[in-house]
Amino acid sequence: MPARLALVLAVALATAVAWAGPDLRRWLPLAKDGLHDPASPGTRQLQEPRDALSVLAPDTAGNQVRWVEALDRGQIIPRAAINAGTPVRLREDDILLNLHGGTPIVRFPHRAHTLWLDCSNCHEEIFVSRAGANKLDMRKMLQGQQCGVCHGAVAFPLTECSRCHSVARARSGTGPAAAVPVPTVSPGAPRP
Amino acid sequence: MSARRGNLALAVVALAAMLALPAAAEYGDVVLNKRSEAEGARPVVFPHWFHRIRFRCKVCHSELGFKMRAGANTVTMREIADGKFCGMCHNGQVAWAADRCDLCHSGKPGLRSGIQGGHATLGPGVW
Repeated sequence: MPARLALVLAVALATAVAWAGPDLRRWLPLAKDGLHDPASPGTRQLQEPRDALSVLAPDTAGNQVRWVEALDRGQIIPRAAINAGTPVRLREDDILLNLHGGTPIVRFPHRAHTLWLDCSNCHEEIFVSRAGANKLDMRKMLQGQQCGVCHGAVAFPLTECSRCHSVARARSGTGPAAAVPVPTVSPGAPRP
Repeated sequence: MSARRGNLALAVVALAAMLALPAAAEYGDVVLNKRSEAEGARPVVFPHWFHRIRFRCKVCHSELGFKMRAGANTVTMREIADGKFCGMCHNGQVAWAADRCDLCHSGKPGLRSGIQGGHATLGPGVW
C-alpha cells in the first residue's frame, strides 16, 4: 500500500536524521562535483571534502565550515609563512563602518582578517588605511570588488548580512545603540 | 484519505530534499585552464578549502605572490619547476612534486577558468 510505505519511509528517514544529530551538512564526492574528471587517476587519490570538512566547526554557508572558529578551536593549524624571515602580522582592533547608513552598523574585526591575511592583501590597493576614507558600496561588493573580492568567492557569502551588519544602531542613527564591547580605532589612527 | 496520502508524499519529498546533495562544486574551487588544455593537460582544479586547512591565505597571496583576482595570475609549469607560485610548496618537500601531474590537472575537459564553487547559502541567511 503506497500510503503506508510512504509513512514508513518518512518515519525511517526522520528517525535516521534525529539519530544522526543536527549536522545535516553534505559534501559532493569529487568525482560528482562537476569539476573533477572521474576518468582522471588523480580524482580518486585526492582528499574528499567530506573527510576534511565534516570534523570542523559547522556553518550553513560556503564550505559549511566556520573557518575562524575552526582556527580558534585548534581544529586546524594552518601555517602562516613558508620562509623563516617572513613577518607574520596580526592586528586585533575593530573598526565600525556604515555609521550613517540605514542597515545595522558594520563591525569589521581586524583580528579575524589578519589571522588569515597580510595587511598588504587589502591595503592600500583595495582599501585605504584610514577609517572613513573608503566609499563602501554593496553593489560593488556584489560584483566582486571591495569586501566582495573574498566574501562571495572564498569567505562567507554576501547573503550572510548580519555577520557584518552586526551592531544595532542608536535612535539618533549615527552611532551604536550600546557600547561595543571591543576596542575600536578612531579615524586617522596610525597603523602599527 | 487522498489528502492524507498527499501529506505523506510531501513529507517524503521534504525529507528527501533535506538529505539531497548540493549540486555544485565546493565553495571557492578555482579552475585554471588558460593554458592547460591548449598544452595537452587536463584543467587544474584548485580547492581553496584543501589549502586553507594547511596554510593561511597570506602564504599564497602575500608570500608567494598570487593576486587575489581569479584570472589575474598566469602560472607556467616552468615557473613551478623553478620554485615559484605552486612550486614554492609543490616541490616534493612541503607538498607533492610537480611530476604528480594528475593530482592537480584533474579537471574535466572544457572547463572555463575562474571561481566555480557555488555562492549559495543553505541556512537562515538565504535571501
